[in-house]
Formats: sequence, structure tokens, C-alpha cells
Amino acid sequence: MSDVLLQVRDLSVIYKTDLETVHAVNGISFSLERGKTLGLVGETGAGKTTTALTLMRLLPERIGIVEQGEIEFEGQELLALPENEMREIRGEKIAMIFQDPMTSLNPVLTVGEQIGEALSLHNFSKKSKEEIEARVDEVLTLVGIPAGRKKDYPHQFSGGMKQRVVIAMALACEPDLLIADEPTTALDVTIQAQVLLMMRDLRDRLGTSMIMITHDLGVVAQTCDTVAVMYAGEIIEQGTLLDIFKGERHHPYTTGLFGSIPSLRGHSKRLSPIAGLMPDPTNLPDGCRFWPRCPHCTERCKTEHPGTYVDGTHQVCCHLFTEGGSK
Amino acid sequence: MATEKMQKHETQTAITMKKQSQLKEIWRRYKKNRLAMIGLISMLVLIVLVLAADLIEPYEVCITMNLREKLLPPSAEHLFGTDGYGRDILARCLHGGRVSLFIGFTCSIVSMFFGAIFGMIAGYYGDPLDNIIMRIMDVLSAIPNILLALAIVAALGSSIFNLIMALTISHIPGFARVVRSSVLGITGQEYIEAARAGGTGDARILRKHILPNALGPLIVQTTMSVSSMILAAASMSFLGLGVNPPQPEWGSIISEAREFLRTNPTMILFPGICIILASLSMNLIGDGLRDALDPRLKS
Amino acid sequence: MYRYVIKRLLLMIPVVLGVSFVIFSILAMVPGDPASMILGAGVTQEEVDQLNHELGYDRPFLVRYFSYLYDAIFHFDFGTSYATRQEVFPEVMAKAPISFAIAMNAIIFAGVVGIPIGVLSAVKQYSLLDTIPTFIALFLAAAPAFWVGMLLMILFSLKLGWLPTGGVETWKGYVLPMLALGLMYAAQQLRFTRSSMLETIRQDYIRTARAKGAAERTVIWKHAMKNALMPVITIIGVNFGGLLGGAIVTETLFSIPGLGTYIVNGIKQKDVPVVMAGTMCLAVMFAGIMLCVDLLYAFVDPRIKAKYSGRRG
Repeated sequence: MSDVLLQVRDLSVIYKTDLETVHAVNGISFSLERGKTLGLVGETGAGKTTTALTLMRLLPERIGIVEQGEIEFEGQELLALPENEMREIRGEKIAMIFQDPMTSLNPVLTVGEQIGEALSLHNFSKKSKEEIEARVDEVLTLVGIPAGRKKDYPHQFSGGMKQRVVIAMALACEPDLLIADEPTTALDVTIQAQVLLMMRDLRDRLGTSMIMITHDLGVVAQTCDTVAVMYAGEIIEQGTLLDIFKGERHHPYTTGLFGSIPSLRGHSKRLSPIAGLMPDPTNLPDGCRFWPRCPHCTERCKTEHPGTYVDGTHQVCCHLFTEGGSK
Repeated sequence: MATEKMQKHETQTAITMKKQSQLKEIWRRYKKNRLAMIGLISMLVLIVLVLAADLIEPYEVCITMNLREKLLPPSAEHLFGTDGYGRDILARCLHGGRVSLFIGFTCSIVSMFFGAIFGMIAGYYGDPLDNIIMRIMDVLSAIPNILLALAIVAALGSSIFNLIMALTISHIPGFARVVRSSVLGITGQEYIEAARAGGTGDARILRKHILPNALGPLIVQTTMSVSSMILAAASMSFLGLGVNPPQPEWGSIISEAREFLRTNPTMILFPGICIILASLSMNLIGDGLRDALDPRLKS
Repeated sequence: MYRYVIKRLLLMIPVVLGVSFVIFSILAMVPGDPASMILGAGVTQEEVDQLNHELGYDRPFLVRYFSYLYDAIFHFDFGTSYATRQEVFPEVMAKAPISFAIAMNAIIFAGVVGIPIGVLSAVKQYSLLDTIPTFIALFLAAAPAFWVGMLLMILFSLKLGWLPTGGVETWKGYVLPMLALGLMYAAQQLRFTRSSMLETIRQDYIRTARAKGAAERTVIWKHAMKNALMPVITIIGVNFGGLLGGAIVTETLFSIPGLGTYIVNGIKQKDVPVVMAGTMCLAVMFAGIMLCVDLLYAFVDPRIKAKYSGRRG
């Protein structure tokens, strides 16, 4: 724990509209070391994207509210920063790759303009226009797009190429932390592999830390050092890649998650998907959030929120492993 | 056989229940919108007032001249004052409102009906019908609405019926476009293909699948067009090609007050406020319906 | 690009021809015949029939339509007015610029006032800068143009005496018609710009721009503006038709000798050639504006530009 880049403590986020209050993120804590990759895993609606947007401080205005918690990034408390200082961090130190490359690029600006913008916004070394252009060419080549295409508009690119542009845009300033929100979900399977491989390669070459948000355990296995499993706005299990994929004791949800992916190798068991649906985030169940779907549910689970079972780097939030409900 | 019937009955009730709860949900969202509620209430008040016009002031009052009482300012006896012929302006506004609102609603509903039919046919059957219908609509909408209505009234003579017909025809293209584009958006979707593949007839697909989905934008457009119809009818009266005197209509009351602009400027105030109130209410209702029908649009 | 312009120009022709046919057909239903209107009362039936024959009115409807079309296209001869016996074409050409000026003034006024305030309202959503203009716009969009014109007339002409009540002898005469017509469209423009802007700033690419660390001003002006204005441009074009219609009413109110008053008088006197020529002129004007709007749109949106300039798309 010598070189911690990002430390999140007890973060809660709600979305409040006239009609309802959505409890999107409920008291999560995690940390990320420099140069490492954290996988944030969970179903749609588990609060992964909200967590990412909170780190960027890009929650929808008025509606998205951080209720409590701290986000410490390179020793700075992000939640306390004034907006203009936060802008310096966005794009320069923390960059984000969004889920849908089709809609993430501005249709009326050329891709060169859009990549160059990130550079000129954070132009501390007073680079000239030519130097910025040169850097745009460089990052485009880096993600495998001929530099000559920078004068093209987004609609002239295919989905996979667009995602490369988005990645180039995020990497242009060589950020310390890259948040990738399901970067491959919207792409074809073959393109997915290419993009993932490229991202891993770039990360290793540039030494960027990364938060990889995904619901795809395959992606996690390929790219991550540590993993946090989210369910209904909580991290219910986290640890190293080995802890999660090989460890003995798992949260029943994690077990279920693994049970719902077909495996090619090993014995071909029947798929065992998790029964039921994620709880309504406007009306979360008491006790453990998972009990209505849990095969090991006890009376205690229905009323009492479980504590955290810790075993080295491995943490599980479940009554099955904690004694008397405390840590 | 009996069980089958019961099952069918059950699904039917399930569907109606679903529809009811959908309506309830829309109403719940609509109720939250304060401006939309204000619009709805003021429109209802206006409708009640013009329906009760005869109870408040008989029709004769607003068409009988009484030159001894002409151009009176607002007073307890004549709340809105009297016009150049000594007729009570309040009575004229109430009875005129009947005409204005009747024209507004009738024209909107009738042109929605025809617009929807043309739009559905064009969107669903595609070329060559689509091309023919839409080119005709292009031509009709290349003529400014008021102008088309003026020409029709000129040809047929001025009467309320002809005015309604003229305004209706001139507004059909707008409806046809709205319906056509939402039909085009839906026909490409898989469930329509699925219904077609399952052997469902065109008429049934149009009625059961396409119409309900196009209904939202259509309702909003209809609501909004009531207000533009009221304004258009008023303009026609102002140009002297609307309702025939002495019958009152909000636009004609203002038009008649024109010659007294210098001496009695307040005369145009009340009928103008009536028009604004009606058209504003319909716009607010339309806005509210749009948000309630399509919650995605509202953050 | 020029191929697109030519294509659009060619597409205008059937629309204008269609308009001429529709208006000609409607006006053919006008009761009475031209000769009785020209000659008035106190003439014999033979004289009327004679004149009708000279005018070609006794021919079948379609023959009359095509001969009208032929004269109009090849000789710029749109007939002579029944009432004044004057050629219609020069009259229309003299009056068209006035109506066009009024409509353009109003549309520019509406754009200059409505669009910036609309953007501001959207950017400062829920603040007083949003609610107050939106509230005023709600009322203005619901008020008939001629009524607003009357109020303006009462205030600026009759009470203050700053501006004339009618006519366009000086530039002052254009001010009130512009306001009467423009305020309503400014209100519509404001409402539309606001909702378009609100829709745009919810898009993913706006979030991308913010994630790059762009300041709010850059986000709005560089990323949102162009996208948000595209639908607004379309609406300006579509509104132009209504505006020309509105110009008819405004011209009548301010007694301006434009196309509007010309057509309305023609309708009242059942002066078919006048109505026909005036309407055609308005239709051509409208089609021309729609063309300009389309071109502007293609100029702003690279997706459409690429489609028509034959580049890879």
C-alpha cells in the first residue's frame, strides 16, 4: 500500500428527482495503486457508471447528489475541489472512456479537433499549434488510425474506429488514471478483442492506472489486477484477481455471477443463472441487499446489514463468513 | 372451448387493466406539472363559461344594437364595457368564445383524423402511395395556411362551416407528416415484422400496433393545434373573411373595435385576453401531455 | 454541392406547379364569371357572353389552366385585374419586396431576440433568467399578431406619437409591423431553441467534452451550439410560411400596400388573376426560403454535406 493513487471511502450517491430518489451508490470504499487496474464488476444498474461519474464529478447537475464519502486522488480531496480546479484534473489527470462510442463523439467536429481540444485545454507547457497537431497524429497512430484521417468527421468511422478515437482522446494528455466504462460493450466481438488488447498494451506502455468497468468477467480476467464486485450500489466483494477467481470463500452473488457464464473448458455443468432481478434502487430491501435472491438467506440477512469478512487482501460482505455480525 | 374463452376473457381484462394503469400513470405524471394543471383548469373554466353563456347573458343581448349605450367603459352593469353598437362586450366574448372554441376543437380533431389516415397510409404502405400523398402534402404546405384558407373561403363564401373546412384542409399536411414519421419509425421495428410474419392483416397491424404508438405525438400535436386554429380563425375574422356579422367571434370583436382604437383602446383588451387565455391553456396542456406521455424527454 | 442546389431547384418546379393548380382549381369555384365582374350591372347577357368568350372563360377548365400556365411561363403574363384592368405581373413585382421586407425583418428580429435568450434560458435552467423569458414567451406565443400590433399601435403611435400608424413611406413604418409579427415568432424561436439546447446538453458527446476538462462556456459554444441550432434552422424555414401568412394580417392592420393587402382585396372583389398571381409569388418566395434553409443546413451539418458532395459517408 505504498503508492496509492486513488482512495475512495464510504461513498454514497443518490439521484433525486421530483418523483423519486434513487440510491445508486451506497457507502462503497476501495483503493487503487499506481499502475494497477481495478475491475468494477456488476450487472446493469449496480452503480458502476455512477461511481465513475462521481470520480469525474460529472454527475447530472441538481439530480445527482453525493451524500457522503471521500475521494482522495494523489493526496487531494476531489469532492472538496472548486469546479475550476476540478476541470484541470478532468482530461489531464483523470480521463474517461464512455460506454457508447456512437454517441460519445460530437457529430459536427472533426476527430482531429476533438482530440486536439483535450490537448489545448491542458496546455501547460505552451505547446504550439503545430506541436499539438503532431501530438494528435501521434495518438491517432497509437490507437491504430492513420493520422491522415483526423480531418474526417465521426460519422465517417465505424463503431470500432470511433471507440479508438474515444480512447485516443482519453489518452492524449497521458492521464494518471483512466476510467473505462464498458469500453467494449457496444462493439462486435472481434473488435472487442482488438480494442481490449490495444488498451492493455497502451496501459503497460504508458504506465497508466485504470478502472475497468464491465459486466464481462472475461474482460476482467484479461485486464485487471484487483476486482470489486458491485451489487445494488454496494461493493459486496473485493480482492485481487486471484482472490476472486480462485479463492475459497465467495459472496453468494459472486458465485452466482460465475455460475451464469458458460465455460468451454472444464466440465460442462448446466448454467445456473441467479434467480430474480436486481432490487428497485428507489426501494432497497432491509438487511443484506441480496437476500431476496440469495440461496443461503437466513432470517438475520433480512434485517441486519452484514459486516465485512477480511482475509488478507480479500473482503466479502456477507453473514456467511462473519461472526456475530461485526468485523 | 369454455376454458379457452375464459382465458381470452382474462387476457382481455388484463389488457384493459394495463391500459387503465397506463392512463393512470400518465395522469399521475401530468398532475405533477403545475403549469399543465393551470392550463387544464383554466381551459375547463373557459369551456364551462361559454357553455353557460345563455344563462349569463342571452344570445340576443350580444347581437341587439343599443346605440344609446354605445362605447361605455367597463362598469358594474357592463363588466367589459360596450362596443360601437352599444352591445355588451362580456356577452359578446362569452358567445364569441363558443364559436372560437368550437372552431378550434372541431378543426383540430377533423384535420387530425384526415392527417392520421393519410400519414398512416403513406408511412405504412410506402411508395408509390407514400410519394403521391406526400407530394400533395408538400404542395398544400407550400401555400401559407392563412392564404389557403382565404382562397377556400373566397371560393365557397364566408360561413362558419366554410371557415372550418378551410382551416381543416390547410392543417392536414402538418398532421400527416407527424403521423407518417412516427409510423416510419415503428414499421421498421421487429415486432411489426413479427406480427406480419404471423399473418396479421394490415388493417389489424395499423389499428393494434401502429396507431397506439403514433398516438402520443398525435395527441400532443392536436392539442397544440387547437390554439393555432383559434388564432387562425381570429385572423380570418380580422381580415373580414371569418364569421359573418353580427355573430360574435373573438377575432371579429377585436376587428370591430379597430375603428375605436384612438378613442376607446380598452375595447380590444378583453377579447384579446380571451384568445390568449384559450390558446395559452391549450399550449400548456400540450406541453404537459408531451412530458407526461414521454417521460424520457424530461430530466 | 452545386449538384445538390440544382437538384433542389428542379424539385421546386413541381411544387410550384402544384400550388398553381391547387389555387387555380379553388378559384375556379368562385361563383360568378369574370365578364359580369368586369362589366358590372346594366349590361346585356350577350355582352357578358361576348367578353367571357374573348377572355377564353367559356373553354373547359383544364384548357384554361394550361393556357394560363403557358402565358405565365413564356410571357410572364399573369392576366389583368378584373377590377382595375391593369396587368397583374408588374403590380405583384412592385408589392412583393415590401412583403418580403416585412417578413424578413420579423424573422431576423425573431432570430436575434429569440435564439440568444433561448440558449441563455437553457443554460441557466430553473434560474430567473430561465423562468422570466419563458413565461413572457408563453404569453406572446399565444397572442394573435394583429392584437399585439394594435397594442403597439396604441402605445407607440397614438399615445407616444413616435411611429406612424400605417404605411411604409419611411423606415419608421416598418418598425411596428416587424414587432407585431416578430414578437410572436421570437417567442416561438425562444421556446424551440431552449428545448433544443436542453436536449443537446443531455447528449453523450457533451459529457465527453466535459470529461476532457472543457469549461462550461466552451461546452456550450463549441460543442452544443451548432448541434442545437440545426433543428432551429429548420423551424425558421418552416415558420416562414406562417410568417408570410402573418404578414397578410399585419399589412392589413397597418394599411401597408404589400402583397397581403393586394391578395385580400383581390379575394374580397373575387379578382381571380390578382389572387392567383399574388399567391404564386408567395409560394415561390416560400419555396426559395426553404431552399436556402436546406442549403444552410447542409452547410452546418457535415453529415449532410458529405452526403451531397459525393465524399465517402
